[in-house]
This record gives sequence, structure tokens and C-alpha cells, in this order.
Amino acid sequence: MANKVKIKIDGKEIITDEGKTIVEAARENGVFIPTLCNFAGALPKGCCRMCTIKINNRFMTACTTPAASGMEVENHTPEIEEFRKSIIELLFVSGNHFCPSCEKSGNCELQALAYRYQMMVPRFPYDFPMKSVDGTAPFIIKDQNRCILCKRCIKTIKDEQGRHYFAFKERGHKLEVILDEQMGKEMSRALARKAMENCPVGSIIYKEIGFAEPIGTRKYDKMPIGSEIDN
Amino acid sequence: MKDRIFKIISKYNGDSSRLMDILHDIQDTEGYIAGDIMGLLADLLSLSAAQVEETVSFYHFYSDKPRAKVNIYLNDSVTANMFGRAEVLKAFEDACGISEGEVSEDGQLGLFSTSCIGMNDQEPAALINDKVFTRLTPYRVSQIIADLKSGKSLDEITVESCGDGKNALPEVNATVYNNIRRKGALLNNDYPFYSVVRDMLPNISSEEIIDIVSESNIRGRGGAGFPTGLKWKFGSKARGERRFIICNADEGEPGTFKDRVLLTEYPEMVFEGMAVAGYAVGADLGLLYLRYEYKYLLNYLNGILDNMRKNNYLGTNVAGIEDFNFDIRIQLGAGAYICGEESALIESLEGKRGEPRDKPPFPVEKGYLNLPTIVNNVETLATVVKIVKNGADWFNKLGNKDSVGTKVLSISGDCRFPGIYEVEWGMTISEVLAMCGATEVQAIQVGGPSGALIGKKDFGRELSYSDLPTGGSMIVFNNSRNLLREVVLNFTNFFIEESCGSCSTCRNMPYVLREKLLKILNGRGVKQDVEDILQWAKVLNVSRCGLGQTAANPIVSSIRNFRHLYDALVQKEVDYDSGFDLESSVLESCKVVGRQPIFHHH
Repeated sequence: MANKVKIKIDGKEIITDEGKTIVEAARENGVFIPTLCNFAGALPKGCCRMCTIKINNRFMTACTTPAASGMEVENHTPEIEEFRKSIIELLFVSGNHFCPSCEKSGNCELQALAYRYQMMVPRFPYDFPMKSVDGTAPFIIKDQNRCILCKRCIKTIKDEQGRHYFAFKERGHKLEVILDEQMGKEMSRALARKAMENCPVGSIIYKEIGFAEPIGTRKYDKMPIGSEIDN
Repeated sequence: MKDRIFKIISKYNGDSSRLMDILHDIQDTEGYIAGDIMGLLADLLSLSAAQVEETVSFYHFYSDKPRAKVNIYLNDSVTANMFGRAEVLKAFEDACGISEGEVSEDGQLGLFSTSCIGMNDQEPAALINDKVFTRLTPYRVSQIIADLKSGKSLDEITVESCGDGKNALPEVNATVYNNIRRKGALLNNDYPFYSVVRDMLPNISSEEIIDIVSESNIRGRGGAGFPTGLKWKFGSKARGERRFIICNADEGEPGTFKDRVLLTEYPEMVFEGMAVAGYAVGADLGLLYLRYEYKYLLNYLNGILDNMRKNNYLGTNVAGIEDFNFDIRIQLGAGAYICGEESALIESLEGKRGEPRDKPPFPVEKGYLNLPTIVNNVETLATVVKIVKNGADWFNKLGNKDSVGTKVLSISGDCRFPGIYEVEWGMTISEVLAMCGATEVQAIQVGGPSGALIGKKDFGRELSYSDLPTGGSMIVFNNSRNLLREVVLNFTNFFIEESCGSCSTCRNMPYVLREKLLKILNGRGVKQDVEDILQWAKVLNVSRCGLGQTAANPIVSSIRNFRHLYDALVQKEVDYDSGFDLESSVLESCKVVGRQPIFHHH
């Protein structure tokens, strides 16, 4: 049995298992901390920085920081929420996101967070980058335009030997997620569907079925992101 | 080809954590790392080809396309540009018959750009294959290319203009100059190499060593300034079957070159420092991570290690101490500034992309191979040897209260005597400028691009961990320099080029800020743009590592300290300007349709 520890998030006392990440501890106690790159069952790596919190006047990521006794966490403060909104806007301007025609609209976590943070139009100028679309695999399309480089596909879509179907390529502003050519060809329908589900945005699209569920009736259309946690 | 690859893989026992070495060897034998080789490697290492490409594409000096027989990497640092890079580039282009970024049709010559190569006091400089050529002029360039075309080897060409000190040794043979201008407690040549390992370690406990280092109050010389004694103490107490000592010689901060000089003239002390650290924390392996740009030192350094092994300063029962087994391996980097960040360096050592890790856990608990690891800077390790030799009190008498000891500075830019200066902490900027012969100074960059650009009003400030900390990089700019165009833009480009891209903030924000800076430089800026930069840059503070957190420092510190330069550039009577230029945007389409639109403005 894990030891129980007390932590505070924005003054609210929470009891949780020692070592559990702040994101998990918060979620279980009705406190929403936004995430994009975090994914249940995969090793956390603070890539998107959305779950940024402040502990002892230092910025930390809630997905990688284990709860420890006596921690006082700042979460829903104007400073931090402004950073989160900035990050969402940065992700919008650095790609080519066209929500109205995207297969993931309504199921997209980036779009849902943009609604939650009431983004009207990004404050930053659009990059309009030239990005590629890889449709060579039989069951999925990897669309670089909509990728937010969260690594979820890299971490969760593997074969029995642990080899990765997806990988980073290049670095910095040129960073991309590529699909392994050979393994992409051999990817099963089931894994292709899982890859699409695990992608928080519309960068991985399953080929054979499109818009089966009409936009307007999808997950976040009915229930804003985080509303299942907020109390 | 396959046989050669098999041989390389078996040399490293098929260990995917040695991927960096494997890729270096392949590039050496095959010239580049082709797609089919990546596929083969993937099969042999139980990875996907995309995973291999993930590492290959991260590093500047690995190539998946054929490069030339002779590849010229011309440094693109601020000082290179200040001292004639443009003319040198043109001379290379003319002599080689190609443009930057190209390979000649016969595959003989390639010309590329690269980030700071640690030669700031002798620019313009270039890496030609693995050889460094400094103090380049158009004349020298034409000579080098003519010599190459006549069939001379790079080694033969280098000999004509070898540098000073050990740069002239046959195993180094580099046209690199030490330019040591001032020696202090560390560099004063009063230390008989290996005397600590040979005479002291056998008679002192590991706890006593850690105590001496702690009492000396030395803090890390790489820039972050963590107390070294405390780091060693944590490392010695951390649980793990093995422990490692890493020497961070990935000196990549533009304007820093002191580790290069330490490794040229005092490598014995650096390696001895690693052995002392190994003894103190109970490590059995030391890894020196050498930046690729310093590959010309590799054979020389390996020779020193061999010599140490022969004398039992490395190996089993080092210096006759029972059960103290310690050896050192040099890992060559492949061109990535971010690998100077200790956890990124460790990732790279494990054959992966140099993406920093989330902390905690810190490397002292979970470092290389997830085992306790001490990462120290080159200068720190060399200094520790002298501290152990002379005692903590000796060291505490140097420097000032806040920062004890000496600091080796790398001074470059507009001064009469660029080079290496060892000074005691507490020196003011005015003294530094007088010391290196700098006049009519407009600004000085303290601590490299990730530090601060400061002007006259701050020249009374002191070098110290609490006032102006520095890893050693000091670049001077005189009144003739266009700070925003020549300095701030170059540094910003550097951070964009060198970001690992893992954090959403550091991947995107510097790019956004550069667009703003260009808008201002192009005369389209308004006052609000300057305010926007200051506001927008704040989000970088939530990045994972120091690179991301400081990526806006060049722009932000120049706004703070040289606001008048921005005020002079922004439009006075205009509150808003989209920055969009219709004429230049339609230029291409006008060409295609052969029509000229009529613009109604002015």
C-alpha cells in the first residue's frame, strides 16, 4: 500500500498516494489540470507544457512531478492560465489547423482546450508552414499539418518487439513525427484505429471511415473538456 | 557494405546505447548514413528504421545524404561575421564553384554553415572535415582550396600554420591558438600532474575528499553554479549498483572556448579530476563527452588516457588502491548545443536524441543508464584536483565572499587581445574590458547568448554567481556594431537552430519573436511590437531546460538595456502595422502572369 500524503492545490487540501503524479492526484480529487502530451499508461514527458504548475515559486509540469507530502501547488492562477492559453495559441499558429473540416473536430483535445480557454483568435501571427501529408500506409494518413508533436503516438503505438511505428525527425522548429515506411505498410487496422484514437488532434486519420459520427454530436461537442473533472 | 556494417555493430556488441559511436563509424566508412543502412541498423538493433532516423536527423554532423570528400563547415557565429565571414564565404564559394549548402558536382567539395565551433578568439574559422582552420582570409581560402585540388592532404596543409603550445604536437596538428593571456591559480603550471592520484588518494578516504571539496565552496564552472561538494555527496549516497562520472566537454555556448584550451594544455588534470571524483563517489567509469567540433583533439586525448593506464592512474586498483577500479571513455558528440545540458548529454550518451529529461529525478540519482551519475564541467574537474592538493583554505582565499576561486574567461569580439584569462571572481566588467584592451565599448555579452547583453550603466557590476554569473563567455561589441542586426538576430537564430523541439514553448516562441524582431528591423515595427515581445517571451519560462528558458534572453535583455535602439526603429506616428507587404508578396505571381499591379498608397 502506498503511503498517503496531503498536498494543497490552490489552497484546497487533497489526500493522495505518495508518488502519484500531480495530474492524477488532481483529477481524482475534482481538480482539472489541462494536458495534451500526457497519456494514461505511457511514460510522461513534459512536452506540451500545458500542465505547468508552480511549486515553491518554480514552474514544474504536473504530469511528471510526483506528489510529496506538504506540497503547495498553484494551478488555476491568472499567471499560469495565461501561459496555458499562450501555449494553445502557439500550437495553433505553428501548424495548419482547419477545425471545420477536420475529421477529429469535436473529438480534438486541442480544439476543446481552445474553447475552454476561450481563444478567439491567436495573438501570434500564423506561420503557415509547408507541411507534408503521408498517405502511403494502407490504413492511416499521417498529416503533419495538424501534428502538435506531443509524442503520444511514438510512446503508445509499438509492435510486440517494442519497435516504434512513429518517430521524431529533425529538431527544433523543423521537428516532425514520421511514420516508419515499412512498419506503416504492415500496420493492422486495429492498431491504425488505436493510433488515431491516441492522437489528441487530427494528425493521424484512419482511412476507411470518415465522419461516421456527425460533427456536433461528438465527445467535446456534448461535454466541454475537463467538465467531467471540475467540481 | 553489409559486412562493414556487421563489423561495426559487433565492435559495439550490438548495443543500441552505443548508437552515436556506431553512426560515427558508419559515416566514416560509408561517407553518409543512407536510408538502407538505417533499415539494416534497425533490424540489427531491434529498432524501427524511423527510430534510427530519429537519432540521425537530430545531430548536425550526421548526414543521410551523400556529402563531399572534403566538407567545409564555415562557422556562423557573431564574431565570425564581425571579422569577415562574408568575404571568406565568398572566397570559398568562388574557389569551390558552389554555394553554401551545396556539394560540387564531382563530389569533391561541400560547403556548409555551422553554429559556433569554439574558436571565437580566432575567427573566421571553419571545420574542414575534422580539421579546424582559423584566422581565415580570402587569400588563405584560395590557398587551401588550391592545395586541396593539387592533391595535398588536410594534414599537410595544416602543418604550414600550426598553432601554439600543444596544438603543434603531431597528434593534434591544428591551426588553433591557445591565446592564454592571463594565468591564475588553476593555469599557473605549478602542479605536477597525477600527484593527487598517486600520492594522496591512497592515504585519504572518499568521505575526506568530499569534505575538502565541500569546504572549498567551489561551484560548477559550466554556468549553473551548483555546489560541487554537495553534488558529490548526493551522488555518493544515491542507491545504484554502479555510478558514473561524466565530464561535460560539450562546450557549445557561443563565445566559450576555455574548455578547448584546458583540454589542449591540461587534459591530465581534467582526467585526474574525473578519477578523483570517481574515487570520492565510488564510480568505476568516467565518460568525457567531447563536442564534435573538437574531434581534432580525440587521438591526442586518447593517447593521454593510454599513458594514464600504463602508469596505473586508470584501470584496476588505481594507484595501488585495492578495489578502486576506474577507467575513462571519450564519447564524441555530433553537433548539438543542447547536449551541453546535463540530462540531454546523458540521453545522447545512451545513443538517443539529445532531449533534456524532466527533473526530478536529477542525474545524481538517475543519470546514465538510470544509475547515479555526476556531471561536472571540464574546468570544475581540473580545479578540484588543485583544491585537493592545496586544501580548501587555499581555495577560499581566492575570489570574493559570494563566489570563491578563479574563473577562466573566454573573451572575444572587439578587443585587442582576445583569448583566455583566468581571473578571480569579483572582477568588474570595467576591469575585464581594460584587461583585454577593449575601447569604445558599446556592449558586452556576459555568459553567452543565454546570458545578458549589458551596456555602460552596468559596467561596474561584478562577475559572481549572485551578480553577473558566467560560464566564461564574454563577447565585446564596440560602438561601430549594429547590436540588433549583428548580435541579437544572430543569437536568436542560434537558439532556433539549436532547440531540440521537445517543448511547445521553445520550439515555437523564439521563431515568433524573431518574426517580430525582423518586422522591427525592417522598419515596419510599432511600439506595441516591443511590448508584445516582452509579454510573449514570458511563456518560455515554463520550458523544461535552460535553453528554452533563456532562448529569449538576447531579445529581452537587449530591449531592457538598449531600449533606445528599438525606439529609434519603430514607426513614430503609427499605432498598428500588420507587417504585411503586399508588393513583395505578389512579386512572384506578378512574374508568372507578366502583369504589374497598381498599388494605391503613399
